Amino acid sequence: MKWAPVIGLEIHIHLKTKTKMFCRCELEYGAEENSRTCPVCLAHPGTLPVPNARAIEMTILLGHALQCEVVERSVFHRKHYFYPDLPKGYQISQYDQPLCVNGRFALADGSEVGITRAHLEEDAAKNVHMGGSGGRIAGADRTLVDYNRAGTPLVEIVTEPDLRSSEQAKRFLQLLRQTVVELGISDAEMEKGSLRFDVNVSIRPEGSDELRTRTELKNMNSFNFAAKGIEREIKRQIGIYESGGEVEQETLHFDPGNESAPPLRSKEEAQDYRYLPEPDLVPLVPGRELVERLRGELPELPGARIARLADELDTDLAEGLVTSGRDRLFEQVPGERRAVANVLMNQWAATGVDPAAVDADELGKLIEARDRIPRAAFTEALEATGEPGFEAERYLADGQIEATADLEPLVEHVLAANPSQVDDYRGGKEGLLGFFVGQVMKETGGRANPKLVNELLREKLKA
Amino acid sequence: MTDTLRLTAEEAMGLIERSEASGAELHRAYLDAIGERDGELHAYLTTVEAAEGAGVPIALKDVISTKGVETTAGSKILAGYKPVFDSTVAACCKEAGLPLIGKTNLDEFAMGSSTENSAYGPTRNPWDPERVPGGSSGGSAAAVAGGLAPWALGSDTGGSIKQPAALCGLVGLRPTYGTVSRYGIVAFASSLDQVGPLTKTVRDAAFLYRIIAGRDPLDSTTVDLPEPVELPETEDLKGLRIGVPRELNEAEGIEPGVSEAVQRAIELCRELGAEVGETTLPRSVEFGMPCYYLIAPSEASSNLARYDGVRYGPRSGKGDIREMYMQTRDEGFGDEPKRRIMLGTYALSAGYYDAFYGQAQKVRTVIRDEFAAALEQFDVLISPTSPTVAFPLGAKTENPLAMYLSDVLAIPPNMAGLPGLSIPCGLSEGLPVGLQLIGPQFSENLLFRTGHALERAIGFDFVPERLR
Repeated sequence: MKWAPVIGLEIHIHLKTKTKMFCRCELEYGAEENSRTCPVCLAHPGTLPVPNARAIEMTILLGHALQCEVVERSVFHRKHYFYPDLPKGYQISQYDQPLCVNGRFALADGSEVGITRAHLEEDAAKNVHMGGSGGRIAGADRTLVDYNRAGTPLVEIVTEPDLRSSEQAKRFLQLLRQTVVELGISDAEMEKGSLRFDVNVSIRPEGSDELRTRTELKNMNSFNFAAKGIEREIKRQIGIYESGGEVEQETLHFDPGNESAPPLRSKEEAQDYRYLPEPDLVPLVPGRELVERLRGELPELPGARIARLADELDTDLAEGLVTSGRDRLFEQVPGERRAVANVLMNQWAATGVDPAAVDADELGKLIEARDRIPRAAFTEALEATGEPGFEAERYLADGQIEATADLEPLVEHVLAANPSQVDDYRGGKEGLLGFFVGQVMKETGGRANPKLVNELLREKLKA
Repeated sequence: MTDTLRLTAEEAMGLIERSEASGAELHRAYLDAIGERDGELHAYLTTVEAAEGAGVPIALKDVISTKGVETTAGSKILAGYKPVFDSTVAACCKEAGLPLIGKTNLDEFAMGSSTENSAYGPTRNPWDPERVPGGSSGGSAAAVAGGLAPWALGSDTGGSIKQPAALCGLVGLRPTYGTVSRYGIVAFASSLDQVGPLTKTVRDAAFLYRIIAGRDPLDSTTVDLPEPVELPETEDLKGLRIGVPRELNEAEGIEPGVSEAVQRAIELCRELGAEVGETTLPRSVEFGMPCYYLIAPSEASSNLARYDGVRYGPRSGKGDIREMYMQTRDEGFGDEPKRRIMLGTYALSAGYYDAFYGQAQKVRTVIRDEFAAALEQFDVLISPTSPTVAFPLGAKTENPLAMYLSDVLAIPPNMAGLPGLSIPCGLSEGLPVGLQLIGPQFSENLLFRTGHALERAIGFDFVPERLR
């Protein structure tokens, strides 16, 4: 039987507000432990939450980008569980009345992924487990808590189970990430934890539309690992069904260092979160004027730009440019389109230069001349494109030593330095010409015109 | 020598204005009275030696966070906890120059009707030390009635200001939900908790309410008052329509002496020019209590989750985190909080939410509508505050349900978010009887006027007979 995967995602994004979701502690990644705390985010008795208006606006903006409905009335709930990273014993989150619902997000390949909801909540603190093994609470000697992160505004985006392959899931994540970065609402950096996601995976016979038991993959720390983890989970489930078994609903903890995904918890241990409408907050009723104003603030989104660029390039190249944040530069750089795109995605990408620092016209000149200058010189020039006042001209001029007058002394110097090789060549070992050319190139940092060097060498060696 | 038993807060303001006494001297006089009588009454958990402020001193219930002054909520789980911030109401009192005398005893986490649930021992009623002062603001009530504070703040979730005011012969206001900030009030049931004054006179209550009421940016559920607080002057009730809800006045368990005192007060209303008529609140009284005992414990189970020994308060347990949680909470909470945490946890559990908490919220809407209808016909509704006078210590501690019934008349208007003023309306068996006046949302000024006129006509002496 052929099997088809069914994949859904839950993505958490830290919002880039100045202060926390329900108190006015400043958010600063990497600040000294517990230095960004107050009685509210430490859950001192009697403290109350006051929502961050900017976080609400950012979520509405995201809702627009995901083509969601922004509801007229949204409610915060308390989600209960005991853990030291949760100071109140509950997380303020949104439950059955999220702020944004029923959206969709178009991918470069033309497919659309349904967005079930995008809701606002607060992040927990960070536990650091000391001693024991594996950094897990079980077996640790003691646990330290850093409450700086407690109360960071967090948007959770839940997709419909519309994704059909690990590759598609990866592309969805890349495009979504680029979208939130461009909206200016999040850094969405996985290494800082400002973008996290869980993946729900199930499989079904190809052609069927049933939904079978799914498993949840947690702790994905890169898009590539996610794709790998999904692949592995699909294979595991196929193996189970084909040997006559049943997939159990469970959460799998992805460990990239170890090619296994041990279960975290199965459904029998599922938590009862005892959701309660947050009585300390009044329902959130976003003004229609605000909602419409934010709709007007939407920039042209990455998805739309891919569609536009795909007309002149192929889809993969367009998608690559946009999700790597290089498409705006691409549009400014003059020159043959495909050549510019290829350089930007390959040689130039390798330099790590910030696109915003580049003079597009100068880069265009450089790309245009790329076949006329040596590879090493071209690379060197690309690396310098981010420097202030970069001029392609200098590298083009410097790039090749074209004048016989400039090269002649170098050629003579090389010959004088290698008398035995000169004798051998003159004795008939003409294959040594390449050696001499190499020596001259070395002397000039690869910038000598190879044709001219060849000519000069032959001429001098004849003598 | 100041007669702290007799002195009202308004009179104390007069002494200060006329430079006949300073805030610090008054503060000292109350500390002296505490030294003299609090050994018997045990109204205070903490007293403050240094007078901070030049105004009339005040006592605060120990759920009200006071910067640097221990705030325990009557619980062992907060033993030694000194807030690093002032609650908004404590800050309001400071700003008004009211020196803090001390923190008053209460039922643990404000859960109870007799102050016997305090982890630090019960408070006694100044009218009869063998009897309870009511609760949960029993410490604040006993302090004011016993001349240990000119006025005090309490908190009321299901009658915790009105009922002790009634049992101690005082005026107690439970304000409209949302008019007084809850920021820094140790939470019991967030959708019901409200801070209010316990005083000797209605005018004192109005003075104190004026100091604490108003929108607070730190509490999203507060609102601006639609009109400023007025000090009542009126001496009659001409043109006022007073409704007597049958169920609130004829409920099972109302003592005959209580009924008689309330009947006399209703007669007085007529004599003062009010139109008095009967009305009905059938579902509010029948369902008010059960509804309250789903909503309040549900919210309490959530609000008390933060007491886990991780960040403040005592910590017990030597094993893993689970054991630390269990032992800390087992040793830290008394029986009543545990009972309510269990009730609330059950009511919020998956599969039960709709049947319990969800249903109770719907019933709450029914109660709100029923009161709204009655208050279209009448300006003020009237009833006893408590079905009984102060009962002996220990009389109800073995039977939580009997204890809960002490608030059966105070709870229904709370469920509707309405303000309630309790004023003393006479004695039964030598003990004070409380009269409950209920008005529409934000009708505090009307309640003060009504209460003030009645108070003058009744002429109740708030000094306990045995201390005169």
